[in-house]
Amino acid sequence: MARRSAPEVNAGSMADIAFLLLIFFLVTTTMVKDKGIARLLPPKQENLIDPPKIKQRNLFIVLVNKDDQLLVEDNLMDLKDLRQAAIEFLDNGGAPSGSPEYCNYCRGKKDPSSSDNPDKAVISVQNDRLTSYKMYIAVQNELVAAYNFLRDRESLRLYGWKFTEVKKAFAEKNFRGNKADRVKTEEGMKEIKLLYPLKLSEALPRKAGN
Amino acid sequence: MSKFTKKKSNELPPISTASLPDIVFMLLFFFMVVTVMRETDLKVEQKFPKADQVEKLRKDRSIFIFAGKPSRQYKERYGKEGKIQIRDKYTNISNLAFALEGERAKLLPELQGSIVVALKIDEDTNTGLVSDIKEQLRELNMVKIIYITTLGNQLDDL
Repeated sequence: MARRSAPEVNAGSMADIAFLLLIFFLVTTTMVKDKGIARLLPPKQENLIDPPKIKQRNLFIVLVNKDDQLLVEDNLMDLKDLRQAAIEFLDNGGAPSGSPEYCNYCRGKKDPSSSDNPDKAVISVQNDRLTSYKMYIAVQNELVAAYNFLRDRESLRLYGWKFTEVKKAFAEKNFRGNKADRVKTEEGMKEIKLLYPLKLSEALPRKAGN
Repeated sequence: MSKFTKKKSNELPPISTASLPDIVFMLLFFFMVVTVMRETDLKVEQKFPKADQVEKLRKDRSIFIFAGKPSRQYKERYGKEGKIQIRDKYTNISNLAFALEGERAKLLPELQGSIVVALKIDEDTNTGLVSDIKEQLRELNMVKIIYITTLGNQLDDL
Protein backbone atom coordinates (compact mmCIF):
# COMPACT_ATOMS: atom_id res chain seq x y z
CA MET A 1 0.00 0.00 0.00
CA ALA A 2 1.21 3.43 -0.77
CA ARG A 3 1.75 5.65 2.20
CA ARG A 4 -0.78 8.41 2.30
CA SER A 5 0.18 11.70 3.82
CA ALA A 6 -1.69 12.46 7.10
CA PRO A 7 -4.49 14.95 6.63
CA GLU A 8 -3.85 18.36 8.07
CA VAL A 9 -5.56 19.06 11.38
CA ASN A 10 -7.92 21.97 11.18
CA ALA A 11 -6.79 24.56 13.67
CA GLY A 12 -9.68 26.91 13.10
CA SER A 13 -11.36 26.07 16.37
CA MET A 14 -8.25 26.65 18.42
CA ALA A 15 -9.19 30.28 18.86
CA ASP A 16 -12.59 29.25 20.19
CA ILE A 17 -11.10 26.90 22.74
CA ALA A 18 -8.61 29.51 23.84
CA PHE A 19 -11.40 32.06 24.16
CA LEU A 20 -13.36 29.70 26.33
CA LEU A 21 -10.42 29.25 28.68
CA LEU A 22 -9.68 32.95 28.60
CA ILE A 23 -13.19 33.83 29.65
CA PHE A 24 -13.07 31.30 32.47
CA PHE A 25 -9.89 32.82 33.88
CA LEU A 26 -11.17 36.35 33.35
CA VAL A 27 -14.19 35.56 35.47
CA THR A 28 -12.31 33.81 38.26
CA THR A 29 -9.54 36.38 38.57
CA THR A 30 -9.73 38.80 41.45
CA MET A 31 -7.06 41.40 41.37
CA VAL A 32 -8.09 43.47 44.36
CA LYS A 33 -5.36 43.88 46.87
CA ASP A 34 -6.32 43.98 50.51
CA LYS A 35 -5.83 47.30 52.18
CA GLY A 36 -6.36 48.37 55.73
CA ILE A 37 -5.35 50.34 58.78
CA ALA A 38 -2.12 48.95 60.21
CA ARG A 39 -1.66 49.03 63.93
CA LEU A 40 0.83 47.79 66.49
CA LEU A 41 -0.63 46.16 69.58
CA PRO A 42 1.06 46.82 72.91
CA PRO A 43 3.19 43.83 73.88
CA LYS A 44 2.16 41.63 76.73
CA GLN A 45 3.29 42.95 80.08
CA GLU A 46 5.12 40.37 82.14
CA ASN A 47 5.02 42.03 85.53
CA LEU A 48 2.66 44.87 86.06
CA ILE A 49 4.53 47.99 86.95
CA ASP A 50 2.79 51.20 87.80
CA PRO A 51 1.65 52.88 84.61
CA PRO A 52 3.37 56.19 83.98
CA LYS A 53 1.40 59.15 85.19
CA ILE A 54 -0.09 61.24 82.41
CA LYS A 55 -1.36 64.67 83.22
CA GLN A 56 -5.02 65.25 82.54
CA ARG A 57 -4.30 68.03 80.07
CA ASN A 58 -2.11 65.71 77.98
CA LEU A 59 -4.85 63.15 77.63
CA PHE A 60 -7.50 63.29 74.93
CA ILE A 61 -10.22 60.86 75.88
CA VAL A 62 -12.57 59.50 73.24
CA LEU A 63 -15.42 57.37 74.52
CA VAL A 64 -17.72 55.40 72.24
CA ASN A 65 -20.87 53.92 73.72
CA LYS A 66 -23.00 50.99 72.63
CA ASP A 67 -25.17 53.23 70.44
CA ASP A 68 -22.09 54.45 68.55
CA GLN A 69 -22.19 57.91 70.10
CA LEU A 70 -18.98 59.81 70.67
CA LEU A 71 -17.99 61.54 73.88
CA VAL A 72 -14.82 63.54 73.38
CA GLU A 73 -13.32 65.24 76.42
CA ASP A 74 -16.72 65.10 78.15
CA ASN A 75 -18.57 66.66 75.23
CA LEU A 76 -20.85 64.92 72.78
CA MET A 77 -19.35 65.19 69.32
CA ASP A 78 -20.14 64.21 65.75
CA LEU A 79 -17.72 61.95 63.95
CA LYS A 80 -17.05 64.61 61.34
CA ASP A 81 -15.64 67.00 63.95
CA LEU A 82 -13.34 64.43 65.54
CA ARG A 83 -10.46 64.88 63.13
CA GLN A 84 -10.26 68.64 63.65
CA ALA A 85 -10.55 68.25 67.43
CA ALA A 86 -7.71 65.73 67.46
CA ILE A 87 -5.53 67.97 65.28
CA GLU A 88 -6.13 70.92 67.61
CA PHE A 89 -5.27 68.81 70.63
CA LEU A 90 -2.08 67.33 69.19
CA ASP A 91 -0.87 70.58 67.69
CA ASN A 92 -1.65 72.69 70.75
CA GLY A 93 1.87 73.08 72.16
CA GLY A 94 0.74 74.54 75.48
CA ALA A 95 4.11 74.47 77.23
CA PRO A 96 5.44 78.00 77.78
CA SER A 97 8.34 79.10 75.58
CA GLY A 98 11.68 78.59 77.29
CA SER A 99 10.64 75.43 79.11
CA PRO A 100 12.25 72.16 77.91
CA GLU A 101 8.88 70.94 76.73
CA TYR A 102 8.29 73.92 74.45
CA CYS A 103 7.12 72.95 70.99
CA ASN A 104 8.56 75.32 68.40
CA TYR A 105 6.85 73.77 65.36
CA CYS A 106 3.31 73.60 66.74
CA ARG A 107 0.82 76.00 65.25
CA GLY A 108 -1.99 75.42 67.70
CA LYS A 109 -3.64 77.77 70.14
CA LYS A 110 -0.97 77.36 72.86
CA ASP A 111 -3.75 76.75 75.33
CA PRO A 112 -2.18 75.93 78.72
CA SER A 113 -5.12 73.69 79.62
CA SER A 114 -4.53 71.43 76.60
CA SER A 115 -1.53 69.27 75.61
CA ASP A 116 2.04 70.44 76.31
CA ASN A 117 3.56 69.14 73.10
CA PRO A 118 2.86 66.37 70.54
CA ASP A 119 5.31 64.04 72.25
CA LYS A 120 3.39 64.24 75.53
CA ALA A 121 -0.07 64.16 73.99
CA VAL A 122 -1.84 60.82 74.22
CA ILE A 123 -5.15 59.96 72.63
CA SER A 124 -7.08 57.34 74.54
CA VAL A 125 -9.98 55.51 72.94
CA GLN A 126 -12.39 53.53 75.03
CA ASN A 127 -15.14 51.40 73.54
CA ASP A 128 -18.09 49.56 74.87
CA ARG A 129 -18.15 45.88 74.03
CA LEU A 130 -21.29 46.50 71.99
CA THR A 131 -19.87 49.32 69.89
CA SER A 132 -20.08 48.34 66.24
CA TYR A 133 -16.86 47.53 64.45
CA LYS A 134 -17.87 50.01 61.76
CA MET A 135 -17.81 52.86 64.26
CA TYR A 136 -14.59 51.62 65.80
CA ILE A 137 -12.83 51.70 62.43
CA ALA A 138 -14.32 55.10 61.62
CA VAL A 139 -12.90 56.55 64.86
CA GLN A 140 -9.50 54.96 64.28
CA ASN A 141 -9.50 56.26 60.73
CA GLU A 142 -10.21 59.82 61.82
CA LEU A 143 -7.49 59.74 64.48
CA VAL A 144 -4.90 58.32 62.07
CA ALA A 145 -5.98 60.99 59.60
CA ALA A 146 -5.25 63.66 62.20
CA TYR A 147 -1.73 62.34 62.69
CA ASN A 148 -1.21 62.02 58.94
CA PHE A 149 -2.34 65.60 58.40
CA LEU A 150 0.19 66.93 60.90
CA ARG A 151 2.99 64.70 59.64
CA ASP A 152 2.33 65.78 56.05
CA ARG A 153 2.38 69.42 57.05
CA GLU A 154 5.72 69.15 58.85
CA SER A 155 7.39 67.04 56.16
CA LEU A 156 6.27 69.52 53.51
CA ARG A 157 7.68 72.39 55.52
CA LEU A 158 11.01 70.71 56.36
CA TYR A 159 11.75 68.57 53.32
CA GLY A 160 9.26 69.43 50.61
CA TRP A 161 7.58 66.03 50.33
CA LYS A 162 4.49 64.56 51.87
CA PHE A 163 5.01 61.95 54.55
CA THR A 164 2.09 59.75 53.52
CA GLU A 165 3.05 59.78 49.84
CA VAL A 166 6.65 58.82 50.52
CA LYS A 167 5.56 56.11 52.94
CA LYS A 168 3.30 54.67 50.27
CA ALA A 169 6.09 54.78 47.68
CA PHE A 170 8.39 52.89 50.02
CA ALA A 171 5.76 50.28 50.74
CA GLU A 172 5.12 49.75 47.04
CA LYS A 173 8.85 49.77 46.26
CA ASN A 174 8.58 52.48 43.64
CA PHE A 175 10.55 55.19 45.37
CA ARG A 176 12.32 57.30 42.75
CA GLY A 177 15.81 58.43 43.46
CA ASN A 178 19.28 57.06 44.09
CA LYS A 179 20.58 55.44 47.24
CA ALA A 180 21.72 58.67 48.85
CA ASP A 181 18.26 60.15 48.35
CA ARG A 182 16.73 57.08 49.83
CA VAL A 183 18.82 57.16 52.98
CA LYS A 184 18.17 60.87 53.38
CA THR A 185 14.43 60.40 52.98
CA GLU A 186 14.37 57.57 55.48
CA GLU A 187 16.16 59.79 57.97
CA GLY A 188 13.61 62.49 57.32
CA MET A 189 10.73 60.11 57.89
CA LYS A 190 12.18 59.07 61.23
CA GLU A 191 12.52 62.71 62.15
CA ILE A 192 8.89 63.41 61.29
CA LYS A 193 7.76 60.41 63.30
CA LEU A 194 9.61 61.85 66.28
CA LEU A 195 7.92 65.22 65.85
CA TYR A 196 4.46 63.65 65.88
CA PRO A 197 4.72 60.20 67.44
CA LEU A 198 1.62 58.06 67.08
CA LYS A 199 0.36 57.75 70.63
CA LEU A 200 -2.99 56.07 70.44
CA SER A 201 -3.90 54.15 73.52
CA GLU A 202 -6.75 51.73 73.71
CA ALA A 203 -8.37 50.75 76.95
CA LEU A 204 -9.94 47.35 77.29
CA PRO A 205 -13.62 47.69 76.50
CA ARG A 206 -15.90 48.00 79.44
CA LYS A 207 -18.74 45.64 80.10
CA ALA A 208 -21.57 45.63 77.63
CA GLY A 209 -24.16 48.32 77.93
CA ASN A 210 -22.53 50.38 80.68
CA MET B 1 2.02 46.38 -20.38
CA SER B 2 -1.14 44.51 -19.62
CA LYS B 3 0.98 41.69 -18.32
CA PHE B 4 1.57 43.57 -15.10
CA THR B 5 -1.89 44.92 -14.45
CA LYS B 6 -3.72 41.70 -15.15
CA LYS B 7 -3.70 40.26 -11.63
CA LYS B 8 -4.67 43.41 -9.80
CA SER B 9 -8.22 43.26 -8.43
CA ASN B 10 -10.21 46.05 -6.85
CA GLU B 11 -11.23 44.10 -3.71
CA LEU B 12 -9.32 44.46 -0.47
CA PRO B 13 -7.52 41.32 0.62
CA PRO B 14 -9.20 39.64 3.63
CA ILE B 15 -7.59 40.26 6.99
CA SER B 16 -5.72 37.24 8.14
CA THR B 17 -7.00 35.82 11.41
CA ALA B 18 -4.17 33.36 11.71
CA SER B 19 -2.58 35.29 14.56
CA LEU B 20 -5.80 35.55 16.53
CA PRO B 21 -5.17 32.36 18.51
CA ASP B 22 -1.72 33.67 19.43
CA ILE B 23 -3.16 36.89 20.79
CA VAL B 24 -5.83 35.05 22.71
CA PHE B 25 -3.31 32.60 24.11
CA MET B 26 -1.17 35.49 25.27
CA LEU B 27 -4.08 36.95 27.18
CA LEU B 28 -5.00 33.52 28.46
CA PHE B 29 -1.54 32.94 29.89
CA PHE B 30 -1.57 36.35 31.52
CA PHE B 31 -4.80 35.63 33.33
CA MET B 32 -3.73 32.10 34.21
CA VAL B 33 -0.63 33.45 35.87
CA VAL B 34 -2.34 36.19 37.85
CA THR B 35 -5.31 34.11 38.93
CA VAL B 36 -5.35 32.99 42.50
CA MET B 37 -8.03 30.51 43.30
CA ARG B 38 -9.86 31.31 46.49
CA GLU B 39 -8.29 29.17 49.18
CA THR B 40 -10.86 29.53 51.86
CA ASP B 41 -14.55 28.99 51.77
CA LEU B 42 -16.04 31.91 53.65
CA LYS B 43 -18.51 30.96 56.31
CA VAL B 44 -19.01 34.42 57.74
CA GLU B 45 -20.35 37.59 56.23
CA GLN B 46 -17.66 39.92 54.96
CA LYS B 47 -18.63 43.49 54.39
CA PHE B 48 -15.74 45.64 55.42
CA PRO B 49 -15.99 49.08 56.98
CA LYS B 50 -14.72 52.04 55.01
CA ALA B 51 -11.50 53.89 55.67
CA ASP B 52 -9.13 56.05 53.67
CA GLN B 53 -5.94 56.18 55.75
CA VAL B 54 -4.91 52.76 54.54
CA GLU B 55 -1.80 50.76 53.82
CA LYS B 56 -1.36 47.75 51.60
CA LEU B 57 -1.20 44.27 53.00
CA ARG B 58 1.84 42.12 52.26
CA LYS B 59 0.41 38.70 51.65
CA ASP B 60 3.55 36.62 52.06
CA ARG B 61 3.81 37.28 55.78
CA SER B 62 0.20 37.43 56.80
CA ILE B 63 -2.31 35.27 58.59
CA PHE B 64 -5.99 35.89 58.01
CA ILE B 65 -8.61 35.88 60.70
CA PHE B 66 -12.18 36.20 59.51
CA ALA B 67 -14.98 37.25 61.79
CA GLY B 68 -18.60 38.19 61.42
CA LYS B 69 -22.08 36.76 61.50
CA PRO B 70 -22.46 33.30 59.98
CA SER B 71 -23.39 33.55 56.32
CA ARG B 72 -26.87 32.81 55.12
CA GLN B 73 -26.57 29.07 54.63
CA TYR B 74 -25.08 28.59 58.09
CA LYS B 75 -27.44 30.90 59.93
CA GLU B 76 -29.85 28.21 61.02
CA ARG B 77 -27.16 26.01 62.48
CA TYR B 78 -24.96 28.58 64.13
CA GLY B 79 -27.26 31.47 64.95
CA LYS B 80 -26.60 35.15 64.49
CA GLU B 81 -23.79 35.76 66.96
CA GLY B 82 -20.43 36.87 65.56
CA LYS B 83 -18.08 33.98 64.83
CA ILE B 84 -14.38 33.64 64.13
CA GLN B 85 -13.09 31.68 61.19
CA ILE B 86 -9.55 30.59 60.37
CA ARG B 87 -8.95 28.80 57.08
CA ASP B 88 -12.11 26.76 56.54
CA LYS B 89 -13.24 26.25 60.09
CA TYR B 90 -15.08 28.14 62.78
CA THR B 91 -12.86 28.68 65.79
CA ASN B 92 -13.62 29.61 69.38
CA ILE B 93 -11.75 32.21 71.34
CA SER B 94 -10.37 29.41 73.53
CA ASN B 95 -8.64 27.53 70.71
CA LEU B 96 -7.80 30.59 68.65
CA ALA B 97 -4.25 30.55 70.01
CA PHE B 98 -3.76 26.94 68.91
CA ALA B 99 -5.07 27.64 65.41
CA LEU B 100 -2.86 30.71 65.06
CA GLU B 101 0.24 28.78 66.14
CA GLY B 102 -0.52 26.30 63.39
CA GLU B 103 -0.89 29.07 60.84
CA ARG B 104 2.37 30.66 61.92
CA ALA B 105 4.21 27.38 61.39
CA LYS B 106 3.02 27.33 57.77
CA LEU B 107 4.79 30.57 56.88
CA LEU B 108 8.37 30.76 55.63
CA PRO B 109 10.74 30.61 58.61
CA GLU B 110 12.46 33.89 57.75
CA LEU B 111 9.14 35.70 57.69
CA GLN B 112 7.77 34.30 60.93
CA GLY B 113 9.35 37.09 62.91
CA SER B 114 7.67 39.87 60.95
CA ILE B 115 4.24 38.30 60.88
CA VAL B 116 1.22 40.47 60.18
CA VAL B 117 -2.24 39.40 61.21
CA ALA B 118 -4.94 40.58 58.85
CA LEU B 119 -8.27 41.00 60.58
CA LYS B 120 -11.04 40.59 58.05
CA ILE B 121 -13.99 41.57 60.14
CA ASP B 122 -17.51 42.35 59.11
CA GLU B 123 -18.68 45.86 59.91
CA ASP B 124 -21.63 44.71 62.01
CA THR B 125 -19.52 42.79 64.49
CA ASN B 126 -19.26 43.95 68.10
CA THR B 127 -15.96 45.44 69.19
CA GLY B 128 -16.03 43.02 72.13
CA LEU B 129 -15.24 40.11 69.84
CA VAL B 130 -12.48 42.12 68.16
CA SER B 131 -10.83 42.95 71.45
CA ASP B 132 -11.01 39.31 72.54
CA ILE B 133 -9.10 38.41 69.37
CA LYS B 134 -6.60 41.17 70.03
CA GLU B 135 -6.00 39.95 73.59
CA GLN B 136 -5.19 36.50 72.22
CA LEU B 137 -2.81 38.01 69.68
CA ARG B 138 -1.00 39.87 72.41
CA GLU B 139 -0.60 36.63 74.35
CA LEU B 140 1.03 35.07 71.29
CA ASN B 141 3.16 38.14 70.70
CA MET B 142 1.73 38.77 67.24
CA VAL B 143 1.47 42.48 67.69
CA LYS B 144 1.42 43.66 64.09
CA ILE B 145 -2.15 43.73 62.90
CA ILE B 146 -4.03 45.28 60.04
CA TYR B 147 -7.74 45.93 59.97
CA ILE B 148 -8.87 45.17 56.43
CA THR B 149 -11.15 47.89 55.08
CA THR B 150 -12.58 49.01 51.79
CA LEU B 151 -11.73 52.35 50.30
CA GLY B 152 -14.07 55.18 51.15
CA ASN B 153 -15.02 57.19 54.16
CA GLN B 154 -17.59 56.43 56.76
CA LEU B 155 -18.48 60.10 56.94
CA ASP B 156 -20.01 59.97 53.47
CA ASP B 157 -22.75 57.59 54.65
CA LEU B 158 -23.80 59.53 57.71
